[in-house]
This record gives sequence, C-alpha cells and structure tokens, in this order.
Amino acid sequence: MEGNNNKYWKGVEELQSDPSFVKNAHNEFPEYLPVSANGSEADEISGTHRRDFLKLLGFGVAAATLAACEAPVKKAIPYLNKPEEIDPSVANWYASSYVDGGDYCSVLVKTREGRPIKIEGNKYSSVSKGGVSAKVQASVLSLYDNERLKGPQASGKASTWADVDKSIKSQLEEIAVKGGQIRIVSSTILSPSTKNAIADFSRKYPTTKQVVFDANSSSAILQANQITFGKAALPSYDFSKADKIVSIGADFLGTWLSPVEFAKQYVVNRKVGKNNKKMSRHYQFETILSLSGSNADHRSPIKPSQEGLVVAELYNIITGASLSVAKSGAAHVEQAAKDLLASKGKSLVISSSNDVNVQLLVNAINQALGNYGATIDIVNHTNYRQGIDADMTTLVNEVAAGTVDAIFFYNANPVYAHPLAAKLKDGLKKVKLSVSFADRVDETAAECKFVCPDHHYLESWGDAEPKKGLYSLVQPTISPLFKTRQAQESLLKWTGTSTSFYNYVQNYWKANIYPVQTKYLTFVEFWNHALHNGVFELASTPAAIPAANLDTASVVAGINKASKAANGAVELALYEKVGAGTGNQANNPWIQEFPDPISKVCWDNYLAVPASMAKAKDWKQDDIVKIQVGLNTVELPILIQPGQAVGTVAIAIGYGREKAGKAGNKVGKNAYPFVSTTTGALIYNTVVTSIAKTGETRKVAQTQTHQTIMGRQNVQESTLADYIKPNGKNANGQLVGDMAGRFVPMVSVAEGGNKDGKKAPEDISIWSNKPNPNMAKNHAWGMVIDLNSCIGCGSCVIGCQAENNVPVVGRQEIINAREMHWIRIDRYYTSDAKAGDYSNLEIPSENPKVVFQPMMCQHCNNAPCETVCPVLATTHSMEGLNQMTYNRCIGTRYCANNCPYKVRRFNWFSYYNNSTFDYNMNDSVGKMVLNPDVTVRARGVMEKCSMCVQRIQEGKLNAKKESRRPLDGEIETACSQSCPTDAIVFGDMNDSASNIAKLLSVEKEGRAYHVLEEINVNPSVSYLAKIRNTKA
Amino acid sequence: MHVTSSVREPLVLGGKSYHDVTHDIARRVEEKPTKLWFIAFGISLVMLCLGIASLFQTWRLGIGVWGLNKTVGWAWDITNFVWWVGIGHAGTLISAVLMLFRQKWRTAINRAAEAMTIFAVFCAGSFILMHMGRTWLAHWALPLPNTYGSLWVNFNSPLVWDVFAISTYLSVSMLFWYIGMVPDLATIRDRAVTPISKACYGFFSLGWTGSAKHWQRYEQVSLILAGLSTPLVLSVHTIVSMDFATSVIPGWHTTIFPPYFVAGAIFSGFAMVLTLMLVTRKVYKLEDYITMTHIESMNKVIILTGSVVGVAYITEFFIAWYSGVEYESYCFINRATGPYAWAYWAMMTCNVISPQLLWFKKIRTNLVATFVLSIIVNIGMWFERFVIIVSSLHRDYLPSSWAMFYPTIYDVGDYIFTFGLFFTLFFLFAKYLPVVNMAEIKAVLKSSTDKPDHNHSH
Repeated sequence: MEGNNNKYWKGVEELQSDPSFVKNAHNEFPEYLPVSANGSEADEISGTHRRDFLKLLGFGVAAATLAACEAPVKKAIPYLNKPEEIDPSVANWYASSYVDGGDYCSVLVKTREGRPIKIEGNKYSSVSKGGVSAKVQASVLSLYDNERLKGPQASGKASTWADVDKSIKSQLEEIAVKGGQIRIVSSTILSPSTKNAIADFSRKYPTTKQVVFDANSSSAILQANQITFGKAALPSYDFSKADKIVSIGADFLGTWLSPVEFAKQYVVNRKVGKNNKKMSRHYQFETILSLSGSNADHRSPIKPSQEGLVVAELYNIITGASLSVAKSGAAHVEQAAKDLLASKGKSLVISSSNDVNVQLLVNAINQALGNYGATIDIVNHTNYRQGIDADMTTLVNEVAAGTVDAIFFYNANPVYAHPLAAKLKDGLKKVKLSVSFADRVDETAAECKFVCPDHHYLESWGDAEPKKGLYSLVQPTISPLFKTRQAQESLLKWTGTSTSFYNYVQNYWKANIYPVQTKYLTFVEFWNHALHNGVFELASTPAAIPAANLDTASVVAGINKASKAANGAVELALYEKVGAGTGNQANNPWIQEFPDPISKVCWDNYLAVPASMAKAKDWKQDDIVKIQVGLNTVELPILIQPGQAVGTVAIAIGYGREKAGKAGNKVGKNAYPFVSTTTGALIYNTVVTSIAKTGETRKVAQTQTHQTIMGRQNVQESTLADYIKPNGKNANGQLVGDMAGRFVPMVSVAEGGNKDGKKAPEDISIWSNKPNPNMAKNHAWGMVIDLNSCIGCGSCVIGCQAENNVPVVGRQEIINAREMHWIRIDRYYTSDAKAGDYSNLEIPSENPKVVFQPMMCQHCNNAPCETVCPVLATTHSMEGLNQMTYNRCIGTRYCANNCPYKVRRFNWFSYYNNSTFDYNMNDSVGKMVLNPDVTVRARGVMEKCSMCVQRIQEGKLNAKKESRRPLDGEIETACSQSCPTDAIVFGDMNDSASNIAKLLSVEKEGRAYHVLEEINVNPSVSYLAKIRNTKA
Repeated sequence: MHVTSSVREPLVLGGKSYHDVTHDIARRVEEKPTKLWFIAFGISLVMLCLGIASLFQTWRLGIGVWGLNKTVGWAWDITNFVWWVGIGHAGTLISAVLMLFRQKWRTAINRAAEAMTIFAVFCAGSFILMHMGRTWLAHWALPLPNTYGSLWVNFNSPLVWDVFAISTYLSVSMLFWYIGMVPDLATIRDRAVTPISKACYGFFSLGWTGSAKHWQRYEQVSLILAGLSTPLVLSVHTIVSMDFATSVIPGWHTTIFPPYFVAGAIFSGFAMVLTLMLVTRKVYKLEDYITMTHIESMNKVIILTGSVVGVAYITEFFIAWYSGVEYESYCFINRATGPYAWAYWAMMTCNVISPQLLWFKKIRTNLVATFVLSIIVNIGMWFERFVIIVSSLHRDYLPSSWAMFYPTIYDVGDYIFTFGLFFTLFFLFAKYLPVVNMAEIKAVLKSSTDKPDHNHSH
C-alpha cells in the first residue's frame, strides 16, 4: 500500500515558508494575540481592559474612602523668631520658690518650650536642701488649672482691670476720706516685699490693718514664745542635731510647719551603715497615726485632751518639779523623759498643740534640757506661721458688726477654712468694698464684690524670707496664661504706684538686702547670683535669749481644765493630710489622687476610728455616720484606722470644698466648722456630741486594701540593738550584726547543695549560666532604696506622675483598683497574730508598727514579664532596664499577671480626651503640663516605671556630646530626685565610683536585699533593711 | 465478617434498615423548621444580639468596662476562653481517639460533638480577641512579615504557643468535621427536592458519588486526620495550661497542669456533649441511635476524668504543703478559706463530689440525672478555671497589691455573647446539617443492630 504523501498547508504562508510565519511557527498561537504577560503592549494598542478597569476602580474607591475620612488637624507652629534662650526639646531650668502661705520650698522649675512642666528641689537652699514634697511637686499642675479666673470680676461678672481698678480705687478713697476701716486678711506672708507693699498701702490708707489667718495655725507657739522669750516667732528646729526626739502630736515629717526641711534633718540621724551604727530615737505621742508617728521608734496613742498631761509628766520627770496634774497613763512617758535627760542639749521636744499652756511647758522642757541654741534656735527664727488666732476672731466680729468698710482677702479663704465662716459670710454682705485676690471664685471670693485674680506663683515675681536672714526669690517661668495680675501689683496700683512688682522686689532687695551683704560688689551681680541660685542666705549666729520664768500655776490650771473638758466622751481630732493640706490645692487632681501615706485613701476624707470603737459600736468600714459637734454635723464614711487612739476619732481638714473647681468640689466633707474657738485660739480637737450610723455606705477609695504584711519577708527589719551586735545569730536563729533582720532564702536541692543540702536561689536557674555577653556591658542602671530613711511621704509618687505623664483616673477607678501611679509606697502594719495564723494576720494591731516600702518596676534581669509577652513589647535593654514598647503592645496583660511585684499598669480606658476622665488630660490647658519626652499612652496598652529612661538618655547624650561618661549623680530619676530624705539612690552599678556601687558593695553582706529573692528574678532594685531604734 | 458478642448492647436499636437511618436523620434537614426550633433559635439570636451590644461597648470604651484591675489582669475573659476550649476537647476525643481505637459507639455522637468542638473554639477564639487591649492589632500575635524588618513574635511566650495551638486545632477540627460530612451531604443532595438545597448540598458534597474509590479515599483521609487530631487532644489543653504553668504566680506555677487540664477538658467536654445530645436526642427522636449505651459510656468517661481532676486538686494541695513555699501554701489556704472560698467549694462540689454519683448504674442510666449532672460538671469546670485564675492572682506575692475581682455586666454580657454565638451556630447546624453521621451509622448497622425480628414499621 502506498503511503499517503499528500501534504497539507495551513495557509499560503506556510507553503511559501514566509519568514514572518516561520518565526512564530513554534508558538502555540502563531498568530498575534493582543494580551501579553505584562499587558504593557496591549495597553498602548487597545486602551483600557477589564483588569485595569477593576484596578482603577479599586484604587478610586479606596482613594475616595480615604479622602472622606477626616484626618485630625494638628498645628505645630514654629517660632518665627526663635527666643534666644529656648531651644526646642532642650529644657530650661529656673530657680524659684514655692510659697503657699507659710509653706515654703526652694525649687528649680523645668520648662520646655516655655512651659513649666516639673518642679524639683533646689540644693542651694539651706532650708529645703533640694527636698520637695508631694504638694510642691503637684503645684505645677495648679498653674494649668483651666478653672482659674481668666480676668477680674466685679459683682460676679467678668470685668476689665481698668474698670475694676477705677471702682476699687474710688471706693477706697471714699472710705479713706470718711476714715472707714480697711482690713487685709491674708495667710502668713513670707515675702518681705509683699509686706512692704502692704505697708505702702497702709501708709496711703492709714486705717488699714492686716490680719493674718492661718488655716493650720500655730498661734500658741507664737504666743508661748512671746511669753517665754518676748518674741512672737517660731524657732528654727534642727532635728539633725537631736539624738532624742519627742513629739507630742506634731507631724513634723508630714505636715507640721516645714516638713521637707525637717525630713531632711531627721534622716541625718536615721541613716545607718556598717560603719555608722548610730541613730536617733524618736518618741511620738499622738492621737491619729501620722506620718511621723509611723516612723517613730516608740509611738503612744493618746487622746487630744491628754497632750497637756503628757507634756506635764515629761516636765515633772525632767525638771523634778511636781506639777499636780492627772496621770495620762500614756506608755513610754517615763522612758522618753529618761532618754531626753540622757541627751541634754542633743534632744528636741515639740508639740503641735495650739494650747499656749502646753507650748509654755514644752519651752520649759527644752529650756531645762539645754536645747535652745543647740537643736532650737529662737534668735534665727522662722516665719512659717505668723497668724494669731484671736486677731481673726476679732475681725470676724468686726465684720459681723458692720464696722469694716473695706476688706481684702489675699491667699486666705476664711469662708471655707474658718470655724466662724457662717458669721463671716453673713457679715461680708455689710462690707462696702470686699475684694478677693483668689485665683478662682472660691468660697470667700464668691462673697466678695470684686475678684482680682492673682498670678500663680510660677507666673509671678516675688521673694520670701522663710527664716531670718535666708532670702529666696520667686521668678516667673511662663507668661501669665490668663488676664490675671499679681495681688501686690494690684495693691500698689490702688496706692497709686504703677511700678511692676518685679521692679518693686528688686528695689526692695537693693535697699534692704544688698546693703547687709559683703560678698557682691555690685547690685547687678548680687541680683543675678541670687536669681540664679534662687536663694540668698546671710550667715547666722545662734544665740540664746534669756527666758522668762514659767507661771506654773496658771499653766497647770489650764492643762487640767483642757484635760477634763472631754470628760470621757469621744474626742475628735482634726488633722492635716500630707497631700490635701489646708485645701488650697483642692482642684489639683494629682493632689486628690495622691494616696494618703498612712490610710492610702484618695479622693475623700473620712472618719478615722479605732478598731475597738468600731467593734463596740458595730461600725464597718465604709458605713456612713453622722458626726455631731454642738450644732455642726457632718456625714462621713468610716475608715478603721489602726493606731488611732482609743476613744478618739479623727477627720482631715482641707476637704469638702464647694467652690474649688470640678476636681475638688464636694470631695469629702469640710471639717473646719469643728475647729474649736472657745479659748480664742483655733483648737484642732473637740468633743463629739454624738456619732450615729445613717445606714448608708460610701466606699472609701484606697490604693491599698490589704493592710498587713502577712508574715512575709518583703520588708526586712531589725532593731538597732541587734544591728550593733557582732555578726551571728540570736537565740531565735535570726541574724544579728551587719545582716540583722535579713532573711536569706535558701532552696533545698537534691544535689549540689551546701552542707544542709541547700542552694541560693540565684544558683538555680533554667537559664544558661553563661552571662549574656551583651548584657549590661556599658551601664547597669539600678536603684537602692533605704527603708530606714524612707519616711513614706510620697513625694516620689507625684514627682513620677509629673515626669512620666501618669494619668489621673478618679475615685471610681481607685475603688476598682486601677490607679496608674508607676511608683507606690506600700505601707504595712504589724499584726499581733502568730506566723501561719493567716486569718488573724490580716488584722492589724491596735497600735501597729508601720513600714513603708516604695515599690516600682524592679527591672528584673530574669524578668517574668518579658518572657510571656507574645509580641516582644516588653524587652530587656543592654543596660539592665526592662523596657516597654507601647507601640508594639497589644494588651494581653499577661506581663502584669506574671509580675510578682504587681507594678504594671494597664490603660483600661483612654485617659486623655475622654470626658469620663475629666482631669488635666482632657483639657487643652491642663495638657500643657505634659512632659514632651514621654509618650502619652493609648488605651489598651501596658505601662510601668521606665526608670526615667528619657532622663538616662538625656544624660548619656549630654555626656556623649562632651566625649565622656555620664557622671554619677548627673542622671537622676524623678523619684530619686524628689526624695526629701535621699532614701532612693539611683545610678550605674557598673561604675565602681558611683554612690550606688559603693553602697551595694558595703551593704552586700549587710542590709541590702532583693524583694522576693527566692524567685530569682534578679531585680535591679535593692532595698536596705529597716532598723528601728526601739528600747528593749 | 465482624462478629459482635451478644453480651454487648447493640449500638443501634429499633432494627433499623439503611433507609430508616437515612430517613430518620435526613428528614430533620428536609422538613420545615419546627416551632420549637424557631423558639430555641430565637432565644439564641436574642442572646447573640445582647452579647453583640455588650461586645460593642467593650470595644468602644475599652476593657475597663470589665471588673479587672491592676492585680487581677485576667478573670472571666480567660476563664471563659479556657472553659470553651476545654469543652471542645470532647469532640476531638470522640472523633479522633475513639476512631483510632475503633470504638464504634462514637459513630452516633461524633458529628454533633465535632460541631460542638468547632463552635466552642469559635467562642474561645472570640475571647482571645476580646481580652486584648488593642484587638485591632491582634494579627501582631502571628509571625507575619512586617515593615519593622526583623520584628518577630516572642516564641518564648505561651500566648504565642496558644495562637498556634488554637489555630491548628480549629483548622484540623473543621477539616475533619467537614470531610466526615461529605458522604452525608451527598445523601441529602440526592434526596433534595428544591433546586436551592440541591445546589447548596451539591456544592458542599464535592461531587461525591459513593464510588468505591471515594470511600477508600474517605477512609484514608479520616484516618490521617484522626492521626493528626489525636495529639491535638493532648497538646491544645497542655499548651493552654502552660499559660499558667510557665508563670511565676503561686497557684499557676505548677507542673501538674498539663495532664490536669487535659483531663479537665475531656471531663467538661463530655459533659457538654451530654447536655447537648440529651436534648437533641429527645427533640429529634434519635433514641435508637444515641442509646443508653452511649450515655452510659460517656458517663463512665466523666467519672474517670472527674476523678483524675479530683486527684489533681488534692495533689496541688499536697505539693503546696510539701514544697514548703510560703506563697504556694498561702495560695491554696486562701483558695479554700479566703474570700473566694465559695468558688473553690463550688468547684469541689461540682467537679469532684457530684460526678461520683455516677458510680451508681441507676444514676448513670437515668436521663434526667445525667442531664443535671452534665450541667453541674460544666458549672464546676467554669469555676475551676475561675478559681485557678482569679484566686491565684488576687493574692500573690506582695500583700499591698492584693485586691478583689468583681464582675460587671459587661463580663456577663460578653460571656452571653459566646453563648449566643454557640447556640445560634448549633441550632443552624442541627437544622441544616445531619446531626448524626449516617454513613458511619450504616457501617455499624449490620454488625451491631437490634435483633431483626424486633420489628418496627416505618
């Protein structure tokens, strides 16, 4: 069969082997197809295709959607002309002075881009010596209080300065012509220039009389010193020279006169070390458990009525006199007296009593002990309190009688803070011209015809003389935010002088201070130095003033009368809180959220009752009771306060403001009406008429709801007696000597242990024993916290809050246990129960010993939080810091759960721009306080102490610019900087010359320990065990 | 030929024929939904909507609406998460482990149990998302390429292990469930009368024709997936338990957790299967398929796992004392006598004491008693997780931070959300999918059925 040789062609091109055909013949589709792999060619030829259409459509929709979203407009306006001193992102510091009535502190103000954002202590001042308190730290936020008046007011309506000046001046002249009475009511004025301005005013209007009203009066000391020494002044105290301190009711570490100064002095004799095993002994006789009482070596709870008796007993023992007073029955009186006698000239007896008789006896005791000229200096007196209570009472009567024609209130709010407020309020209606210089329409200003708002001190010029010969300057750190005017300038204006107060202060200094010094040759030099340092101090020479004889008969009569007034009834003590003070800064949310150092209560005052009374009356914590004293009643929740003297109750003053602003209004209840005026002085205790349960409850917001330490070893303590013993163990098997009170955890192991079959926790690890070569090669930042010098004042808490933009969360969130503070002061009471008796260990003793433990992120080197974060939002730095990357955090909270110290804080809500949390971060003025170096954390993010990494970074950069290593002390964290007792030492543990490294090398085999050493998380924060100087 | 001992109870009663099986089970899919179904589904939907409202607020305002605080960072969220994951375990155990062990009684319950697993894991997963402070960044927990370059997840973190464990579990379970359903879907497709259901069931039955080749592949895939799932039964809850076991918190830091959690998971899972199946059985009249033998077998598993859990509770206490660790000892004393003692004793009563009643044959073959006990066990297992999480956290190392947790309406609302989700899905499943594996029932029908002379007419 023949093969079929027929050939077929697809087309004539194939037959002819056309080159264009041959070229494409091997392709699957030899003919041209208009779709190519990348489509580019196709586009050119055939325009838009389906896919491109979809792409464009998709892009178009996305673009339109995005454009429809409104992006927030944020304006950052650069300087057109850069101010010479301001470099963006570089802080400027100015020395100034915090002055609030008689409260004084020399400060440095940190400003960023012209905004003051942080207050720190000024080391040049010999008064505050670089210390600051929580109140001082918080004052920067009061500057940015949007509820301050934006301009003057006349008859409750906004006005202008010109109008106000015109009508006040004309009225003043009218009054002057007819010889009407003019009164200036102020709190204590430390400023010599202000006093001079008032004097100028008085010269112009000679019927002017100044009345000094201190809401926390010390008028009895002034009067007693008038009697004893012929000088109505407060003496200077020097706790650093006192080996034995006896305080009767005076909370000198917390609130009394000048707590920062006293705390600085106090810890000089409280810091111990291997080579310095000496410390002062401190006795405290008091009604409430105060900050000082909680630091005392021996604390005896007494009723307010017993104060005089205790002082008289001390007097009797010390001088051998036999004043016939009843026995107080207070513990430790005899022992205290003997201790005082053993340290003549090196002891100090103080009392906060506002009873002149008590203060006269205290003077006599100090006199007998030879303390004048040693620990007490009446020649170089202080000016902290100048008010004589009787003057104010007289004024109230004058106003009520309608004999006053014009009244000016300067930094005084008696309609809120005076017990005769109701009378004053009615009387003010009769006063023709009433002017308040308050920065807001407060309770007093609301009753005044004119409100001429004063600057905040950070906007003002001024000066202060806290102690004789020690001068201090106040300089503005920001232009006035609102149309306010300095009160002194207003007074001068109405006198007819139109100099600025800046010139006035300068002139005053030129005329009065410059001439008495010899150091500077020109005034400009003198002024510049004073302004730079913030202070100018003249040398002082202490000398004794001869004392007058004590009229014992009248003193004894007075003391006996006061002690019998109570007659066994329940006594009420009124006290000041470390944060709230007299209530001036009530609208400052930092202050309101500042936990009371003892009770850990925020956002409220309460009736502190001893457990025995609560049990007897069947009161529970949070029960609201109605307290009646005379005709005044107040309803407050109960707080069972260990250490509160039996048969007494206590309420803090400074609460219950009505016209402070949204943060401060109606927080707690006003206790000032309970202050007794029967003796002419303001007596801060009284006898309760009745207390009855109302049946309602109000939760007291506490940041710490468990009060005792449950027999755990996170706070380690011992006594001085054991500390000075040679190293070894006592009969109970506890360590004595250098390591007294230390708990050294050891873990039983199957193999490789010591002779007891035990191993130290740090020797047991699942981690590689090889040190990480990258770990802490350069720096190892750490902290040492001395529990012996921490007095628990909480200055660090506010310092940290200001530095790190810690939000305020409000009362309800505190009740929900969600406070945001990065550092807290744990306060533990002792319990009478035996170890292991857990249910009774929860109950504090009736008069417990107290320990304070500042607690913040421990920056563990085996950090439990770091391993559990799923997204590596918390990691370890090569310098030993445990760092939080807020941006990366997804908020699982696993880290917080796994933190053995529970120092992590979660942003449960958005705390800024959220009207539920209507505090400073929800307000454009309030936000000016934020530190631009620290991120404001978003909702859903974990945060915690960063060891002020922004400060570390700044210090490192500054050092790098100068090609050197950071110096020790150059970098300070906010908390260590704030600490008035230098209990917190921060530094580089790798730098063998640093304070911290030296301290650790000395105390390694001594008091230094890690909290929870047994779980081997290897913290960067060490604590030094507490030593109490109790007498066996 | 497989011979079943006459001593064994038959697995299918009522002398069913193949057609009976198909009819009994497929008719629920084919018939119009009953009034009862509408009511039940309606209630579930209402719960779901309430839950969504609550969830919306939780997400809008922040998880501060829950009762958590600085000390107790997890409470209902993770309690519910672990509880739901635990419930899921029974499904996997029944379908995978019992399959490998050739436990034929599983055929009647595995479908519903697996469905329950999947829905429970959905609920658990919703708590993973919900509990995050910034849920919108949840994908960061996955090792995804990102613009940060080398930024990766933390493979040390048990939460990352969780992410893998749960996602693996969910995908394998879903696959297993779906593959097992293909022959049944084809059956329904073949019986479908409306074009829509024909199309839907047709699409999902993947062109199943029932050819020998299909059956062979089906068997192989089932076996492989069973093999894959079996380790998951152990691993998922082991990993969940490591969220706690690897931490330093007393009461969490316990090596006993993995087996204890797995036992607890199976315990609660079986209880949940019983709760659901007893109702389904009654409503769908499946008494011939889900027989007393099944119920009894499940009760036996409950008594075993319940006892394991009980032993674990006691062991924890013993170790807390034996270790001499102060914090550990206190943690357990606090559990039993502290402010959350009521939760602890609720747990002990529900989980340890009440299941012991099942030793009595009368009780474990009593439907009402079984139903009540299954609910009690589920309550108890919820409390177990609550006790572990909250009572350990609320009083850990430093007494200063000790705090209490009190739930808010949003804690409750978000829990209700998962109930709504679970039951909505379950009712949809019960209506639109065959609740019993018809194909596998038919496979055991010949060897383990009722005597044929015991005649029923259908």
